[in-house]
Amino acid sequence: MPNPTKVIIDCSTGEVHEVELTAEEIQQREDDRIAYEAAKAEEATNAALKAEQKAGLLARLGITAEEAELLLV
Amino acid sequence: MANTFELISSVTVGSGGAASIDFTSIPATYTDLCLVFSLRSSDGSDYCGLKFNNSSSSFSSRQIYGNGSGAGSTTRSNNDLTGSQTPSVYTSNVFSNNAIYIPNYTGSANKSYSRDSVFENNGTNAIQTLEAGIWSNTSAINQVTLVHPSATFVQYSTATLYGVSNA
Repeated sequence: MPNPTKVIIDCSTGEVHEVELTAEEIQQREDDRIAYEAAKAEEATNAALKAEQKAGLLARLGITAEEAELLLV
Repeated sequence: MANTFELISSVTVGSGGAASIDFTSIPATYTDLCLVFSLRSSDGSDYCGLKFNNSSSSFSSRQIYGNGSGAGSTTRSNNDLTGSQTPSVYTSNVFSNNAIYIPNYTGSANKSYSRDSVFENNGTNAIQTLEAGIWSNTSAINQVTLVHPSATFVQYSTATLYGVSNA
């Protein structure tokens, strides 16, 4: 199976070429994708933790989220 | 305020799709660069990677986003452009709209950029992203690349690079 191709535009000449990605470029793309997925997973974990902390605090205070918002106005 | 936009190059992806779109040998004769692009993915990805001078490292950004029912923000230490391409499962033949502005791209300071992106799905939701980013590298930018993270940009995806002068 051939590697995916990239479109290269040489801005000095206006020429457009289509060439296969190198093995290094494919690996870099995979590394970047993994880094992105890790960042997204961390964000989701942090968001869930924050929601849990918020729910716990509201429970201790004995008020709803809507009532808590009134305190901030 | 810069007062001239000059087309440097434009490309439309062909029938085979493209894993990346790579503007090379960008002339150093302008003040700023503006990259306008419209993408649709061949898989479920809703983002792509940005590279300057073929580097995907030393990027960081702050992004805010909304989808019509909620909003949020995030800090990133990588080169992803969240919300920059329409996933394949979204409405057929709909492409995202994006613009990246890169001031002082030939200067000797780190390179900042701003981005706005939107795409929508079947009139039911729309995702907007605003980003302030920096590439912590003092080299002049002579290459700008958009990289699909896992598959290809489909046919009719486009990218256009403008040079901006304030002379």
